[in-house]
Amino acid sequence: MQLSREELLRAYRSMCTIRQFEERVHAEFATGDIPGFVHLYAGEEASAVGVCMNLTERDSIASTHRGHGHCIAKGCDVAGMMAEIYGRKSGLCAGKGGSMHIADLDRGMLGANGIVGGGAPLACGAALTAKTLKTGAVAVAFGGDGASNQGTTAEAMNLASVWRLPVVFVLEDNGYAESTASAWSIGGDPLVRAEGFGIPGVRVDGHDFFAVHAAAGEAIARARDGGGPGFLHLKLARYFGHFEGDGMTYRAPDEVAKLRAERDCLKLFRRRVGEAQLLDDAALDAIEAEVAAEIEDATRRAKAAPMPSPADLLTDVYVSY
Amino acid sequence: MARKSFRQAVNEAIRQEMARDPRVIVMGEDIAGGMGAPGEDDAWGGPLGVTKGLMPQFGRERVLDTPITESGFIGAAAGAALTGLRPVADLMFVDFMGVCFDQIFNQAAKFKYMFGGKARTPLVIRTMYGAGFRAASQHSQCLYPLFTHVPGLKVVIPSSPYEAKGLMIEAIRDDDPVIFFEHKMLYDVEDEVPDEPYTLPFGEANLTREGDDATIVAFGRMVMLANEAADQLGAQGISCTVIDPRTTSPLDIETILEEVRATGRLVVVDEASPRCNMASDIAAQVAERAFEALKAPIRRVSPPHTPVPFSPALEDLYLPDVEKIISAVRAVMAAGGRKAA
Repeated sequence: MQLSREELLRAYRSMCTIRQFEERVHAEFATGDIPGFVHLYAGEEASAVGVCMNLTERDSIASTHRGHGHCIAKGCDVAGMMAEIYGRKSGLCAGKGGSMHIADLDRGMLGANGIVGGGAPLACGAALTAKTLKTGAVAVAFGGDGASNQGTTAEAMNLASVWRLPVVFVLEDNGYAESTASAWSIGGDPLVRAEGFGIPGVRVDGHDFFAVHAAAGEAIARARDGGGPGFLHLKLARYFGHFEGDGMTYRAPDEVAKLRAERDCLKLFRRRVGEAQLLDDAALDAIEAEVAAEIEDATRRAKAAPMPSPADLLTDVYVSY
Repeated sequence: MARKSFRQAVNEAIRQEMARDPRVIVMGEDIAGGMGAPGEDDAWGGPLGVTKGLMPQFGRERVLDTPITESGFIGAAAGAALTGLRPVADLMFVDFMGVCFDQIFNQAAKFKYMFGGKARTPLVIRTMYGAGFRAASQHSQCLYPLFTHVPGLKVVIPSSPYEAKGLMIEAIRDDDPVIFFEHKMLYDVEDEVPDEPYTLPFGEANLTREGDDATIVAFGRMVMLANEAADQLGAQGISCTVIDPRTTSPLDIETILEEVRATGRLVVVDEASPRCNMASDIAAQVAERAFEALKAPIRRVSPPHTPVPFSPALEDLYLPDVEKIISAVRAVMAAGGRKAA
């Protein structure tokens, strides 16, 4: 599908926002000001944005513990996300969820998820709602290589196939489930697994926004048209550890530097649109500067925002009780 | 008003809510039955026939047979609830929570809190529980204390057909995730059940007997046994109050405290395994808040801390029964060492 200039700018802004957001959280986490632990998405931006550019607000996604990128790509408010990560009352989840549970149901973001493999059945549920109420919406289940080995993923794929649900499973294979290599942990081939469930799948270079966008577009369009579930196996990489503080001793010493130099999805995007003379450097640089200001503002506001009040501890457990 | 079985009462409740609200769907293994098979459609209506007839009336789009895939479809029910449907999912035996508990306690139960209050998860999970069916260790447990333990879940344990219908309609209309426990030994019990839809509120206990000497709290099938025990004791001059809390989350502890303050003696009958069960929870709350009213130590009537045995000889021994309840009441009557303040 040919992307318009406006769409290309939007894609770059979204990927840039994810990158700068994550680089900033990385830096701020090191100061000790961010509570708990965070799992950063930097390096994988082409996946979230390439997939979500094919979705509308009525479509749903189920995300993972590495969910910031999915949130931003699905339209979550960046300042609200940053405040959430700082545990502030102004956060998207009022400070009650944190990094691993950011959600915005109004934008079809059904939540990051602290349980590896937890999201795939939920995405099937969103797809079932769409099918039952005939809304024309689709759902996307993001999951990592770790999640691909969970029973929930297999169950969700089988159920989606049996019920012919409008859902696309996106396997973000960043090479490591925590510290364990996916080359070791995945028995057989994920594409063959999908095929075994009767789900058409395709393997894509996850660093290449355009490849992801095209493959996701095809699977999502098919699902939307009643053609049943789809599957994408994206090969990509994360730049930071499983969580912040992970020394990454399991990776080759120059691995991330090499990835940043040669396979960076933002650089690849810039080169591609530059060579094709679709966007010029000035436009892209302007976006980077605007995003930098937005992240700075979000961070400053998050740090200054009030914490939840003691009364907030007991609210929001039930609708009524 | 007609006499209806517990099975008919649950069926009627779901049927009436499905007719009222197109967002209500039901799903589960063999919930209609015969899916994809050459024989009869709606072959089972659930393994014990509770949902029989729903599929012919509402169609396959709203009565969804699932593969045997509890994590998959319980999770899908949670996701569907989060996005606008009101699913009634059948987790056939509560013992099967072992393969899908994450989707219940980490996902559905926590959406609202984790998402800062913005989520609604109008999900009902129906499930069979309880011993007496000679179904052995993996099909007989009373795991409601585990669900009661989890903030965000509501837990409903009807003790009669009348309650089953009213509480099921309430559960389907409720906007929080509800685990609805159906004792498999109650399905053929009959009761007067109104034909029209009605609701019974959660968190409001029902007094099935009123007396002055001792208070008995019982759950689910145990309410019948407690009533029988109270009747026998009444004939012997000991009058008991019997409280059926109907829901364990929320729990109407205030009514229990009030009745304990009136009688000074408490027996809690709970078919669940004895450690950290409802009986221990209620005993703790009463000891904390009404200790001064107690004339005798609280007695709990629960099975031993063992898996549910298969052999009828052992299962009968395992279960609380009328004799055990009577004996516990006699014990609290005899242990009158402390005077009420």
